Amino acid sequence: MRGLQMIVGAPWLKPLIFLVLLIVLWDFTIRIFHIPPYQVPAPVDVMVTLWQEWPRLLSEAVPTTIATVYGFLLSAAFGIPVAMLIASSRTVESYVYPLLVFSQSIPKVAIAPLFVVWFGFGMLPKVLAAFLLGFFPVVVSAVQGFKSVEPELLDLARSMEASRLQIFRMVSLPYAMPAIFSGLKVSITLAVVGAVVGEFVGSNSGIGYVLQRSIGNFELPTMFAALVVLAMIGVILFWILDLIERLVIPWHASQRQDLLVAA
Amino acid sequence: MLAPDQAPVPRAMIEITRVAKTYRTKDGDVPSLRPIDLSIADGEFVVVVGPSGCGKTTLLRMIAGLMAPSEGRIRVGDRVVMKPHSDVGIVFQSALLLPWRTVLANVMMPVEVKRLPRAEYLPRAEALLSMAGLAGFESKHPWQLSGGMQQRVAICRALVHDPKILLMDEPFGALDAMTRERMNAELQRIQLETKKTAFLITHSIPEAVFLADRIVVLSERPGSIAAIYEVPIPRPRKLDVLGSPEFVRLTQTIRAHFKALID
Repeated sequence: MRGLQMIVGAPWLKPLIFLVLLIVLWDFTIRIFHIPPYQVPAPVDVMVTLWQEWPRLLSEAVPTTIATVYGFLLSAAFGIPVAMLIASSRTVESYVYPLLVFSQSIPKVAIAPLFVVWFGFGMLPKVLAAFLLGFFPVVVSAVQGFKSVEPELLDLARSMEASRLQIFRMVSLPYAMPAIFSGLKVSITLAVVGAVVGEFVGSNSGIGYVLQRSIGNFELPTMFAALVVLAMIGVILFWILDLIERLVIPWHASQRQDLLVAA
Repeated sequence: MLAPDQAPVPRAMIEITRVAKTYRTKDGDVPSLRPIDLSIADGEFVVVVGPSGCGKTTLLRMIAGLMAPSEGRIRVGDRVVMKPHSDVGIVFQSALLLPWRTVLANVMMPVEVKRLPRAEYLPRAEALLSMAGLAGFESKHPWQLSGGMQQRVAICRALVHDPKILLMDEPFGALDAMTRERMNAELQRIQLETKKTAFLITHSIPEAVFLADRIVVLSERPGSIAAIYEVPIPRPRKLDVLGSPEFVRLTQTIRAHFKALID
């Protein structure tokens, strides 16, 4: 009985029900309006393709995932220090921040082919495309996080004769952590997009490549199956990040419910 | 310890000499505090009352070394205050506890910042917490405590490194009236037990009369000392004194200062 209640109350159940509903709706729409399979494949065909092509899709998912993760790690590795500089110095902020915002109005998808020209058909252009998309949200969120530290809290630390480094380590950084993590979460989903765009423009492997080729050959079930795999990559990476967040900032308001239940 | 050749005349713990503060802003200079003189004895409890913006907080920040006076000088103990120093512990209006630290770790923060021997100060932190009625809450997180308890933790944190002076900027301003009265009684007890020099800012005249040995009334901006009152009520004061004729007379005298301001 308790087991049943646990399943009914599980947070994954409701989105799952909704997903099944959407798939059923999809199937009905195709049947009612007689949509030909070369335009929209039936859900069953997609599932069959997913099943049959699974080993190949999985092996194609590897380079996409690697490019995404590398691009994401680069975003974090550069984004957080840049945010620290912007938040700590008005001069840096006045020089860098407007340009950074301006750079975001350049469609990065349009730059991706340039990377292929510069760096060839390897892993590097994909990683750079992922980095380019993932970088900005990390910077914006982290700047906001570092700047939201209460001024009185900084005064308190200063009154304890804390050095700049101590204030950063003991107050500002942990204080900014929740904002940094929300930036990282946006960043990782965008990094997936970046990696796929990189594969669109210049690659002979990866899910992006499968997508492009299957659409070229009108293999719509394969294309849809590739989309499902792509979504799974995004969800799994997001989920891992969420798990890390829970471990790093268990004190944060968004996590407290669980903590109190566990305590 | 006094050297034998030193005079046994007690020097003031805080000596404020011709101290004034003017803020420089874009729209010109804004005088905040006119030159004031004030001398506070070791172990004395001085409460400052005054209208908003009269420079009370400015005065406190200058004593803490968080801000330099425009004119005059402040001596604490044997040193002229130039920068933040170890002789003070500060309590602000909000408790400013770090949510990622436990109660005990929050209290120990000044010890960490100042790199004092942990083994020596840990028992002190625990003793302070139990004196403040917080024994058993050491491993709780701040958000699990009530507002009054949080502010008591902040007082313990201000006292952990054994400063000579406790500076408080409207420490109970955010608490409800009943909690506030209890906290006043608690603070009096803590100050009597630790024999610290105390400097407290408040908007509440009853709070001032209940706690103070001496009340400094500041005039409105730019602030200057309008009057100083001795509070002859013997210690320890119970909450009953709030209704005594002596208490009422003194609160009315002080209130008259602000009535004149309004009229």
